[in-house]
Amino acid sequence: MFDIFLDDAPALVVVLPLLISAIIAFMPSKIWLWIISIITLLLHLFLSLHLLKEISVSGLIIYEFGNWEPPWGISFKIDGVNIGLQLLFSIFVLVSTFYSRKIFLNEIDYRDSGKAYSLWLLAVGSLNGIILTNDIFNLFVFLEISALASISLIALGAGQNRKALLAAFNYLIIGAIGATFYVIGVGFAYAMTGTLNMNDLVIQLAQYSDGQLAIFAGMSFMLIGLMVKAAIFPVHIWLPPAYSYAPSAVSTLLAALATKTILYFFVRLLYEVFIIYPSYLSLFLDFVLYPLSLLAIFIGTVIAIYQDDIKKLLAFSSIAQIGYITLAFSLKDHSGVASGFVHIFNHALIKGGLFMAVGYFAILYKDRVTLNSLKGFGYKYPITSFALLICGLSLIGLPLTNGFISKLYLFQALYTNQMYFSIALVAVSSALAVVYFWKIVEQMWFSEIKFKSEKEDAYIYLPIWIVTISIIVFGIYSTPIIEFSNLSADYLISGYQN
Amino acid sequence: MVGGLFIIITSQNYLKKVVGLAIFQTAVFVFFVSLAKVLDGTAPILTKMANAYSNPLPHVLILTAIVVGVATSALGLALVLQIYKNYETIEEKEIESLELKSDK
Repeated sequence: MFDIFLDDAPALVVVLPLLISAIIAFMPSKIWLWIISIITLLLHLFLSLHLLKEISVSGLIIYEFGNWEPPWGISFKIDGVNIGLQLLFSIFVLVSTFYSRKIFLNEIDYRDSGKAYSLWLLAVGSLNGIILTNDIFNLFVFLEISALASISLIALGAGQNRKALLAAFNYLIIGAIGATFYVIGVGFAYAMTGTLNMNDLVIQLAQYSDGQLAIFAGMSFMLIGLMVKAAIFPVHIWLPPAYSYAPSAVSTLLAALATKTILYFFVRLLYEVFIIYPSYLSLFLDFVLYPLSLLAIFIGTVIAIYQDDIKKLLAFSSIAQIGYITLAFSLKDHSGVASGFVHIFNHALIKGGLFMAVGYFAILYKDRVTLNSLKGFGYKYPITSFALLICGLSLIGLPLTNGFISKLYLFQALYTNQMYFSIALVAVSSALAVVYFWKIVEQMWFSEIKFKSEKEDAYIYLPIWIVTISIIVFGIYSTPIIEFSNLSADYLISGYQN
Repeated sequence: MVGGLFIIITSQNYLKKVVGLAIFQTAVFVFFVSLAKVLDGTAPILTKMANAYSNPLPHVLILTAIVVGVATSALGLALVLQIYKNYETIEEKEIESLELKSDK
């Protein structure tokens, strides 16, 4: 009986959360909202696992909506590039929804919880759409749905601090400009080729092999639009306020997954479509993405050191971490792209764990968490604090954590490309990360005030520890992440070497 | 298009920014629709009179994009309303000075 559904699994992983989102918006009961969301996401995980099984057999699934063949219809594509991300997405969304219940109860008005979970599932469905879609205009639609859903979620933080409204508004304006730039680019590409399907686009673009100005203009517009959305330095300014004033559960979801999915599409566009203009691609990578990544790493880390507000500190460190990922992607070879994907996986776990722990502190402290307010928390709330410590060490890149694996592969990739300056800069920035993280540790464990330990809520620290343990497990046994990343890089880079 | 972008960047009033965004987006929609025109083409309806049709696909795309644009403007205006309720102003400079005061 389930076979009918399983055939449509690629569509269902996106459609299911979107459908349920529309239904639960009107549900009166809080607990049922949460239970339905969890059931939906369990089904989502089941479908993702089914897709993994299919992929391991066939290697490629193309799902055509309404059986319209490309270039007319919209299609989803699942292959080695995105199956790993799909699984990570599914699992992490489930964990963070589990975490979100108590957080939403504390941080937003109970009458808004129906809307909150509705928007939550809307964001989940549309972000999943970004991972799977094979159509450049369809991507724009998913981009905007996810942006509008996350803007509304950020604005729900206004009950805590009215600055959330300003953060949401700035995100709306800047994000919409980015998305519109992307559409202009799509328009140019469509005018020249008459197709929106990514595979077809590659074939059609090949006839302009000598290079047309209109295509280069379109490509540049698309890339700049996506850079705004992925918060690549210097168009990141919407991100720190948006992450720091959003409700904590929302910051967790956005920081761990939202920019990652867009970065994934960004690299897929670069290495799958724009690859047919190697000179343009290497121009973009060497003279735009590479220097911007280095700046992002350095400036993001330095600004993070001077932050007093912990959530802002984490947001600026996200800018630096996105810099690491784009630096890896700008290397144009297998090791670079693979290490970029490794860091996408690892950083999603690390930042998710950190935001979860800090979000819990915000509820316990009943105010914004600043450095001063953390005094003695290491003794007061030992379970969560210890998780925060492990996530933080992983962010710095200490051995036995998955952050170390990321750094190791990044250094290897940089070394094979003989980029010694970047190696030095990444090392310096890792050392600087110790500075801002040490400030937190110092307040938590080495301040004058000593507290007795207090009871912590298992519903909240359980998901935090699931993430923390996975950080340690993947730090010691990193094979799954490495294999998925290598698979992604295999698919993407094979086009580049031909 | 440039006009809309200019309004977004220069104006201090949040309401004007939303309007600027709408103009910016509409300009892009017009660009798309203009792509669809085929020389001597008619509306894409099957008749014996015509031998060339305009491309209907960009129109369909823009229909989707218009919906997205409406949603964006609506959300933007709703946020402006909430900002006004919380700050009693929607001028960027006044809000900044309010925030500076509250930080002290």
